[in-house]
Amino acid sequence: MAWLSENGILVGLALLDGLSYAAAVFMVAVGLNLVFGVLRVLNVAHGSLYAIGGYAAASIGLFAASLGAPPWLGLPILLAAAVLVGVALGPVIERLLLRRMQDREPVLQLLVTFALFMILEDLQKLVWGVQPVVFDAPLKWLGTVDVPFGQDAIPFTAYQLYVLPGVALATLAILACVLRYTLTGRMVVAVTVDREAARAMGIDAARVTMLTFTVGAALAALGGALAAPTVSLVPGVGASTIVLSFAVVATAGLGQIEGAAVAALLIGLGRSFAVYVAPEFEVVVPYAIMVAVLLFRPQGLFGVAETRRI
Amino acid sequence: MAGTGRDGVVTRREALIGAGAAGASLLMPGRSAWAQGAAKPAEIKVGIATYLSGPASVFGVPGRQTAEMLFDEINAAGGIAGVKVRPIFVDEGPGVDHVVGEYRRLVQSEGVHLIFAAISSADCIACAPLSDELKRPTLLWDCGTQRIFEDNRYSYAFRTQANATPEILAALLYLLKVKPDFKSIAVINQDYAWGRDSWDIFRTAMNTLKPGVKVAAELFPRFGATDFSTEITRVLALRPDVVLSTSWGGDLDALIRQASDRKLFERATFVMPLAESSLQRVGKALPAGHIVGARGDHWFLHPSPADPERLKRFSDTYKAKYNAWPIYPCFHMAQAVSAMKAGIEKAVAAKGGGWPTDAELASAFKGLEFPSPTASVRIREDGQGLENQLIGTTLHSDKYPFPVLTDMIVFPAESVTTPVGQKSADWLKTLTPDMVAKLPQAQAFKS
Repeated sequence: MAWLSENGILVGLALLDGLSYAAAVFMVAVGLNLVFGVLRVLNVAHGSLYAIGGYAAASIGLFAASLGAPPWLGLPILLAAAVLVGVALGPVIERLLLRRMQDREPVLQLLVTFALFMILEDLQKLVWGVQPVVFDAPLKWLGTVDVPFGQDAIPFTAYQLYVLPGVALATLAILACVLRYTLTGRMVVAVTVDREAARAMGIDAARVTMLTFTVGAALAALGGALAAPTVSLVPGVGASTIVLSFAVVATAGLGQIEGAAVAALLIGLGRSFAVYVAPEFEVVVPYAIMVAVLLFRPQGLFGVAETRRI
Repeated sequence: MAGTGRDGVVTRREALIGAGAAGASLLMPGRSAWAQGAAKPAEIKVGIATYLSGPASVFGVPGRQTAEMLFDEINAAGGIAGVKVRPIFVDEGPGVDHVVGEYRRLVQSEGVHLIFAAISSADCIACAPLSDELKRPTLLWDCGTQRIFEDNRYSYAFRTQANATPEILAALLYLLKVKPDFKSIAVINQDYAWGRDSWDIFRTAMNTLKPGVKVAAELFPRFGATDFSTEITRVLALRPDVVLSTSWGGDLDALIRQASDRKLFERATFVMPLAESSLQRVGKALPAGHIVGARGDHWFLHPSPADPERLKRFSDTYKAKYNAWPIYPCFHMAQAVSAMKAGIEKAVAAKGGGWPTDAELASAFKGLEFPSPTASVRIREDGQGLENQLIGTTLHSDKYPFPVLTDMIVFPAESVTTPVGQKSADWLKTLTPDMVAKLPQAQAFKS
C-alpha cells in the first residue's frame, strides 16, 4: 500500500497509456477473431488489411487536405477509408481465396493467407513506396489534454485519450449488440457454432461468411486508419501488428469477441506497466501473458474446449 | 578447339585432362574470369545487397536508387577503365541466411566481380568471412557495427564509411560542447543489436568524459514499434535534461511525431545521431534546437564540402530524379561506388593497364583514398574507412519545409575513430575531457 500511495499517480499514467494501447490492439484483434470464428481460418493477411487501411486513410486524408478540407474532416475520412478498404478487398479475398480453403487443412490455410500477405505487402510498396507515410491532421486538430502529475502536468493527446478508447468501446458494443440482438448477428453466431446445422436451417452460410469477412477486413482497415494519425506507415507495419494480434486472439480464445477486449486490455496494461516497472521486459510481456494464460487454459481465457471429432 | 584430337575425335588423355579441369573448376567455385585469366571483362558485374523489403527499405531503396543513378553516370562516361558496370541487386529483407545464400549465388552463378554488402550489421558480419572464403572483393557499404574489423582481419572485405563508434561518439562530443551542464539522460532505442550497442558506446564514452550523469530511464521498445506513448509519458514524468535516440526509419519518425505532439521536445534536448534521414519526412514536427547526426558527414547542405560543385551535382541530380534530397544511405552508396571506381583504376594502373586478379584488386583497396560527395574517405590497413562526422542542431528556415542544420561541427575522422588494433570498448575509456575543448569551430547554416 505504501508503494501504491507513493506511486499512485504513476499507476494512473500507466493506466491511461495501457488503455489507449489496448484500444489500438483490440481494433485489429477483434476483426481477426471474428473472421476465425466464422471461417475457421487464421488469416495472416489481416495484417495487410490493417496496413492498407492505414495507407488508404492517409492518402485520402492528405488528398483532402491538399484540396483545403478542414482538419476535422480527417476523422470521418478515417472511418470512410476503412469501410472502403473492407468493401473493396473483403469480398474479393473471401470469394476468390478463402472460400476455396475453407475445408482444407489449417496449415494450408495458414500458408495461403501468408502468401496473400506477402503479395499485398509488395502491392503496398508498389502503390505507396517505402518512405514512411503519416496523416496527423485529426490528431493535431483535437490537441492535447494536460493530466495532473503532482505539481506537474503530463500532456496527452486528446486523440489518444478519447478517440482510440472511444472507437474501441463503440466497436465492442456494436458488435456485441448486433451478434446478440439482430437476425443477421444470430445467423453469424449460428454459422460460427455449427456451420452445417445452420445451413440445414436455411441460413445462407456462404453469404454470412462473406459478410463477416468483409466486416473483419473493415475492422482491420479501421485499426490501421486509426493508427495513421499517430504512427508512421512503413513496409512491414502489418507484420508487426499481426503478430501482436495473434497473441491477443490466442489469449482470448479463438472466436471470442468480448474475450479479445479483455485480452487486449490485459496485454495493453501489462506492456504499459512493464515500461514503468521493468522496461527491459516490455517486449516480452504481451507474449509472457499469452504463454501464462495458455499454460492454464489452452483454449484461451474465454475459449470453449472442444471434443476432438475423429 | 580445346579437348579435341585429330579429326575432332576426343582421345582418352584429352578426356581425362578435360574432366580434371572441370573437376578443378568445381572445387574452386569462387573464381571469376578476372582470377582465371585477368582478361578484360565484357562488363563489371557488381552484386549489391540492400533492403528492398521490410522497414529498412527506407534506407535500402534510396541506396539502390543512388547505385542505379551513379552506375548510369559511369556507363555514360565510358565505364571504369573502359568497361561498363552492371549492378545486380539482392534483398536483405528475408534475413541473414538468405543474404549468405545470395552472396554465394552472386559469386558462383552470376560471377560478379565485386560485392557491396550490406545495410544490416548482421549481414556484414556474415559476409565478411565469405569474402575471404570465396576471394571476392567486398565493400561493406552501410552497416555500422564496429566489431567487424576490431575482432577479425580480412583480406577481401573493406568498409567504405565509418562505423558506430565515431558516429555515436561525435554526437556525444557535440552534446558536451553545446550543453555541458546536463545532469540526466533517458534513452529510447530500438530493441535490437544496433539500439543496444549504440547505447553501450554512448554510455561508455559518457561515463569517461562526464562521469556522474544520471541515467533516468533505459527504454528499448520493440523494433518496428509504432506506438511510443508509454515511453513518452514515462520520460515526461522523469524530466531528464537529455533524451538520446539512435532509432531510425518509421520508428524514429513515429517517436519524433508523438514526442512533438506531447511537447516532450519542449522539456528535453534530443540527441538523434541518425535523424538526418528523417528530417524531410517529419518536417517541422521536429522543433529547432535538437541535435542531429547523419552517420558520417552527409548533408546536402554541408557547410564546407571539399568540392562544392561535386556535392551540388550529386544532390541536385538525385533530387531531380527521385524528388527528395539524398539522405545518408545515398551518400554511403556513392562512397562505395566511388571506392569501386578508384580501386579498379588503381589496380589497373598498377598493372600497367592490364586487368587485375581478384587478389590484386583487393589489395588496391588497402590504403585507398577516394572522393565522397562531401570530402574524401581513406580505407585503413585494417579495412576500416576513415570518414568525417557532421553533427548539427535543427533550425527552421523559410527556405525548406523541414528542419535544416545549423551550428554544424565536422569532426575529423581520425579524432573520433578507434585506432587500428584497439577495441572501441577499451579505447572509449581512455578519452579525456580536453577532447571537447579541441573540437573544430561550429559552422552556421547559410541560406
